[in-house]
Amino acid sequence: MAEAKDPMDKTLTPDMRTATDATLVPVRRSRLKRLRESDLWFSFRSHPSAIFAAGLLTLIALTAFLAPWITPQNPYDLSSLELWNSEIPPIWNAEGQWPYILGTDTQGRDILSAILYGSRISLVIGFASVILALAVGLALGLVAGFFGGWSDNVIMRIGDVLLSMPFILIAILITAVASASLPTGLKDVLAAPILIVAIAVPSWVQYARTVRASAMVESRKEYVQAARLIRVKAWRIMLHHILPNCMTPIMVAATLNFGLAILSEATLSFLGVGMPPDQPSLGTLIRIGNQYLFSGLWWIVVFPAIQLCLIVLSVNMIGDWLRDALNPKLR
Amino acid sequence: MLAFLIKRTANAIFVMLAVAFLAFVIFRFFGDPVEMMVNEQATQSDRAELRERLGLNDGFITQYVRFVVNAAQMDFGISYRNQQDVTVLIKDRFPATFELVLVATVISLVVGIPLGVVTAVHRNSALANVLQTGSIVGISLPSFVVGIMLILLFSVTLGWLPAFGRGETVDIGWWSTGLLTPSGRQALILPSISLSIFQITMVMRLVRAEMLETLRTDYVKFARARGVPRGRVHWRHALRNCLMPVITLTGMQIGNLIAFALVTETVFQWPGMGMLFIQAVTFVDIPVMAAYLMLVSLIFVVLNTVVDITYAWVDPRLRDDTARAGGAHG
Repeated sequence: MAEAKDPMDKTLTPDMRTATDATLVPVRRSRLKRLRESDLWFSFRSHPSAIFAAGLLTLIALTAFLAPWITPQNPYDLSSLELWNSEIPPIWNAEGQWPYILGTDTQGRDILSAILYGSRISLVIGFASVILALAVGLALGLVAGFFGGWSDNVIMRIGDVLLSMPFILIAILITAVASASLPTGLKDVLAAPILIVAIAVPSWVQYARTVRASAMVESRKEYVQAARLIRVKAWRIMLHHILPNCMTPIMVAATLNFGLAILSEATLSFLGVGMPPDQPSLGTLIRIGNQYLFSGLWWIVVFPAIQLCLIVLSVNMIGDWLRDALNPKLR
Repeated sequence: MLAFLIKRTANAIFVMLAVAFLAFVIFRFFGDPVEMMVNEQATQSDRAELRERLGLNDGFITQYVRFVVNAAQMDFGISYRNQQDVTVLIKDRFPATFELVLVATVISLVVGIPLGVVTAVHRNSALANVLQTGSIVGISLPSFVVGIMLILLFSVTLGWLPAFGRGETVDIGWWSTGLLTPSGRQALILPSISLSIFQITMVMRLVRAEMLETLRTDYVKFARARGVPRGRVHWRHALRNCLMPVITLTGMQIGNLIAFALVTETVFQWPGMGMLFIQAVTFVDIPVMAAYLMLVSLIFVVLNTVVDITYAWVDPRLRDDTARAGGAHG
């Protein structure tokens, strides 16, 4: 893998440099932007691991979102569950039965269907929390870097405090406090939004710091001073001139954080502070399956675990490739 | 240097006060502490009396200051769930978590450093490629999944190692250690491996990156040209220059490992602080939650501050804040 990577990056370097500079020149941007995209595309095509990961992730996402139409049963419609179909091993086992390819759990629930429905929940929560963290982080980072002064102080101090506590601990505390203060009925309905917020809160700081650093540098440059002089609105300068200059590291961080968000969601659900058993994510499925570890029903826990690992692995492989492909300094 | 020292310490104290504020707000406003402590039969006057005794009628600031002063003296009150002193509960559980984290850290260094050196020295070999790919897999594996798979393989299928608990422990003063008995050591193997997988890949990637840089420096080239054996150049001269960042990373990661141990402890039913915390979360036992939050943050902040100060002491350029901000863009 690295063999293919190293010579590639060398040939990429000069093009990449003009591409990053190009974003500074608004007039020629669109044409050169296309060039950059084609560079990325070229790098993508020559990295088998990136192609493999993207293909795998697409396949997982497609099957997850088409789950209601392609799975043999709706695993959370209790009327479709039959108790005499419970604890069936996977299909390649002598006692396996069609259509339960990966077997069933103790309530007669098809494991494959449960995994596809669960992946859908995991992917949506992971994606939503990254989007939320991005929105908050970019906005606060721009404000802090562009205006400076007390807003900068307050925002960055809050960030310091958040970074001085372990990620997982903040997320657990938020879910714990939220579920302790909500009435029982609302708790399960709001489980997904709570998780999204709980994962976004400790992760926005990273984006804010990146954007702030670059906003501080840019806002001192002459073109921004000039734009200010002709009374271009502050939000316009921030969104159209400063933000595009720091999107590259942000995109890499966001991709890697998507994997981290899915991992965190799974961890929280596994610990029992995440998704409830009647709308299980992959983490909840692993938590449920973990109870049958010693009764020989290994397939209840192993298959959701494999699916979770495949999702995170493919996201991380894409993030890894993206970081190398977008880094002009790389050997 | 003195100015930097004061500034950095003040910053750490500010962060701890903020964490304490968070813990205090959770303690005071989520669930009524009085309702949590009294039993069902308590009369209205009993409750009012308890409220007065706990000082819950005082002003917000007074209560916060009292919370901070108590916390600084390691007094976090009484657990709602089993009516025990929270500090005693944590003290009983601390050795289990500490030993787990310690062994996981040792494993991560002993395995991670050689792997990093090998992947850097033979950077285009098949072995290095396999290890490099393996490190992405290692970062992608959730630690609880690793734990479950280890239990499935070594406990359920092979029956070699225990899947839960700490085994026999020996008390040395108030410290109960599992390192001195065979069953205690056996019980440590699977949890510490599952906790260290992520850390191993981090150490390995860091050592690889540092080694790649060091191998390009003049003194390494000169040593090679002079005919110093390759193994000696790599493992002795080059590696030694890569160890400082590894020590820093390891130091700063200990706080994270303690927090992450709660996942491992849940998988292996390991009787440490993390299990105590997760149980406290389930039962809304807020004094225990607050104490755990404060303790883990304290360890985290102290380690970070010590590392920062050590670095500034070694490298004077870091004492100036503007120099550091400038360096961040480069």
